[in-house]
Amino acid sequence: MIPYILSAIVFLPILAGAVLLFLPARNRQLIYRFALAVAFLAFLLSIVVYFNFDAAGPRYQFIEKYDWLPALGISYHVGVDGITAPLVLLTGVVIFTGVIISQRIDERPREFFAFLFILASGVFGVFVSLDLFALFFFYEIAVFPMYLLIALWGWKQTREYAAMKLTLYLFIGSVVALVGALAMYFASGLGTFDMLALEGANFSAEFQNFWFPFVFFGFAVLGGIFPFHNWSPDGHVAAPTAVSMFHAGVLMKLGAFAALRVGIMLLPIGAHTHLPWIIILTLVNVVYGAFIAMVQTDFKYMIGFSSVSHMGLVTMGFATLNYNGLVGASVQMVSHGVMTALFFAVVGMVYDQAHTREIPKLGGLIRFMPFAAVAFIIAGLVSMGMPGFSGFIAEFPIFMGLWAGGYPLIAILAIISIAVTAAYILRAVSRVFFGDLPAELEGHMHDIRPSEKLALGVLCLIMITVGVYPNIILPMVQSGVNAVLALLGGA
Amino acid sequence: MQLITDNILALILFSPLLGGLIVMLLPSENKDLVRRAALALSLIPFILTLVAWFGFNASPEVDGFRFQQQVAWYPAINSSFHLGVDGLSLSMVLLTTLLAPAAILASFSVEEKIRSYMALFLALETGMLGVFLSLDLLLFFAFWELGLVPMYFLIDQWGSKTGERELWSGMKVSARRYASFKFMVYTMAGSLGLLLAIQMLGVVSGTFDMLALFQSWPGLTGSLFGLSVETVKAVAFWAFAIAFAIKVPVWPFHTWLPDAHTEAPTAGSMILAGVLLKLGAYGFLRLVLPLYPAEAEQYAPVLALLATAAIIFGALSAYGQTDFKRLVAYSSVNHMGFVVLGIAAAAFATGTESATIALNGAVLQMFNHGISSAAMFFLVGVIYERTHTRDLGAWGGLFPLVPVFGGLLIFSSMSSLGLPGLNGFVSEFLVVRGAWPIFTLFTALSMIGLFFTGAYILKGIASTLHGPLNEKWKGHLTDISRREVLVLAPLLVLMLWLGLWPAWLLSVINQAVVGLFG
Repeated sequence: MIPYILSAIVFLPILAGAVLLFLPARNRQLIYRFALAVAFLAFLLSIVVYFNFDAAGPRYQFIEKYDWLPALGISYHVGVDGITAPLVLLTGVVIFTGVIISQRIDERPREFFAFLFILASGVFGVFVSLDLFALFFFYEIAVFPMYLLIALWGWKQTREYAAMKLTLYLFIGSVVALVGALAMYFASGLGTFDMLALEGANFSAEFQNFWFPFVFFGFAVLGGIFPFHNWSPDGHVAAPTAVSMFHAGVLMKLGAFAALRVGIMLLPIGAHTHLPWIIILTLVNVVYGAFIAMVQTDFKYMIGFSSVSHMGLVTMGFATLNYNGLVGASVQMVSHGVMTALFFAVVGMVYDQAHTREIPKLGGLIRFMPFAAVAFIIAGLVSMGMPGFSGFIAEFPIFMGLWAGGYPLIAILAIISIAVTAAYILRAVSRVFFGDLPAELEGHMHDIRPSEKLALGVLCLIMITVGVYPNIILPMVQSGVNAVLALLGGA
Repeated sequence: MQLITDNILALILFSPLLGGLIVMLLPSENKDLVRRAALALSLIPFILTLVAWFGFNASPEVDGFRFQQQVAWYPAINSSFHLGVDGLSLSMVLLTTLLAPAAILASFSVEEKIRSYMALFLALETGMLGVFLSLDLLLFFAFWELGLVPMYFLIDQWGSKTGERELWSGMKVSARRYASFKFMVYTMAGSLGLLLAIQMLGVVSGTFDMLALFQSWPGLTGSLFGLSVETVKAVAFWAFAIAFAIKVPVWPFHTWLPDAHTEAPTAGSMILAGVLLKLGAYGFLRLVLPLYPAEAEQYAPVLALLATAAIIFGALSAYGQTDFKRLVAYSSVNHMGFVVLGIAAAAFATGTESATIALNGAVLQMFNHGISSAAMFFLVGVIYERTHTRDLGAWGGLFPLVPVFGGLLIFSSMSSLGLPGLNGFVSEFLVVRGAWPIFTLFTALSMIGLFFTGAYILKGIASTLHGPLNEKWKGHLTDISRREVLVLAPLLVLMLWLGLWPAWLLSVINQAVVGLFG
């Protein structure tokens, strides 16, 4: 047990963001190096947490608890369990690789990194919070910088529209969820926002059935659940590369995770009542998302819709409410986070050089950036659930969960998405990286920098390690899932 | 030494992959080094297989799976890394490790991106071996899918350079891109049912271990998901059967095959026809028959009908081709039909003497077809490299120009035709002998199909070697080189050896057949 390590992880980025603002704006080299050092430190700390988590130990570890507003029952209470420890590591990986990829930001890099770090603090905060109020607090901290990051540094053609759309969607979602949370606070009669206490509040069945949809959908909006998903591809596309990585890689997990933590775990009876129809929405996510991805001609939109499809598998796994489904969904959060971060990183590298994202206008890039092409292919294999990579390890139990939960028809329909995913990934790979270089791109393309290769290499390494040796993550996830099942079993 | 014999299967399985990684580390400028290293590395799994073969033969009477290894892999869903071989899988492993060095030697003429090519090839070998060696369903599926990836890239990147295919709305793509995409998506879509059925099996029985499943699954009764067990089993049976039928391919699921085989590079076609098609038949034998004996018996006549259709239509289609490589590709549909016929017969009359004979024949036919189709594809590749055409009408009378090539082509063709004294005859005879009392009509029709086999084989020989000499090639054609003869030599030796004295292989195959279905 390392004291204060979670607080260090949560507050390091935001403090570093503040320090950044005092650095001379003209010295870009210094700003980038400082940001990189901080990101690396956050990455290291998250590795320390991950590898010091004892799967056989108590449910929550590295716990810290201080009073914050004792009159309202609000405390600063943090800790990680088997589901969040991998997510903390995921956040560390994405912030580190995201900063590396952002070396090319030339407009006000100081402010860019400062906002990115505020965002990172918010994300870390949500994953480790054990207090409902703190969770909301960090949640808003994570959503707010997205607006600025997209509106100021995004793709010029759609950034204002996308930033506005994204922020409105997410704020409305979080307000709805907040109403539900307040209802829980008052109905419990415990006078506390502490989630561990609320887990034992024994809300009545009517209360749970009424409030569950509010809380669940409020958060699931950020997880991209159908029909509230359509902010997400727009947001992904308009955002600058590192923000897209963060957004699809981590932020969407934030929504899914909060829906699980607050919705399913605090209102288990409501979950049992409503999830059997919600699972149909997730099916739409999975299959429809894949088909929409297939018809995109914009490289980044394709990846954006693939995220909608894959995040559907996460909520689908949650909705099965059984061991296999939950294990699969928890692994899928990590696997998808790493994979999609890599996708967006590579798309960003291609766009930086080619200045177009139209798939038909690209071609033959493997000769110029072989490393990026191979990394993209590996992520593509993860995406189509190829065995030997993390995607298979995650998706297989989700489907088993569907069978075990008595949803054979959903399993059969959802599996179509795998073939569709294979089709659009292969199409993109063969169009963008193979074939001939279009004449307009002659002379524009060159290899990626060594630091970028390092970033892609780290992401690939994680996907392959989990795929070949799933036990590196499973005991942890199993311990977390068993705790969730204990709560659900009481219903 | 002890270490090697204790882990022999894991070593066989991973030595090609490791070899592929080593190849990637070599300097890409030195093409000869890359080629030789790849060849040397591909001989390692072959030597290890021979070690296993002799270890196996030392006590052929022992039943069940040998050299088993089990390591925890994915305990959260009770799947383990479990390897083991019986006579059936060992003979397929031998075929794979034998064909891989031959195919790599055949690829010495590849010039582009040779390092990636060799690495992918070796990775492909690991994928195929994994299917034969796995005793865990999840692992089986993992390798089943993994083998697709290197093959996709081999066809897409190193396939034939000419030819275009028109897609919808007039968009054109190169033929190799079309073929590789079709191969990948067709096979992946086909295996989705398999994936679903495996998941369901895992949920119902709580394990993916084949040995445990063979015990518990067929005897399962009661109801699942509100349906009767019979219905669920029938659905799962068809999911398995269709996935494997696409891979074999059983008529009418064969349409990916001519495209993929024709557009693949020569060595890729050798492995596709030689080994990849065997995966489907192996799946029937390893999983469908033991897991679904009742359903297999019920639907065996359908399978036999499709097999007959494959034999007859495959032969007729082959005869109708003007492209030599496509002709050989369709001949695979024809020959694999006999494998399926043998399997169907065995499924219908499990335990009888005829069934045992048919099944021995089917497995031997898998091995034989692997050797002879690899040889045929290689020979087509040899003449294509010299003339840059595969059109049967473009040659003619080449025998005097390339006498050695001509002799080898005739020899391999005769093996494919089923000439007594060569390997093809033995296995087809066994299948026909075994299936005759079980499916008399289908077997009789299949034998008529054999007549067309003779026709297309002779067409292939006649339009290349005989007839009036096409003057165009005079002075431009060199005979087969020493390296190319070296590729063929082990295959030709086996054709003759198995034709004259098949007992050494049949005794090993029979161990598995009797152990599983006796």
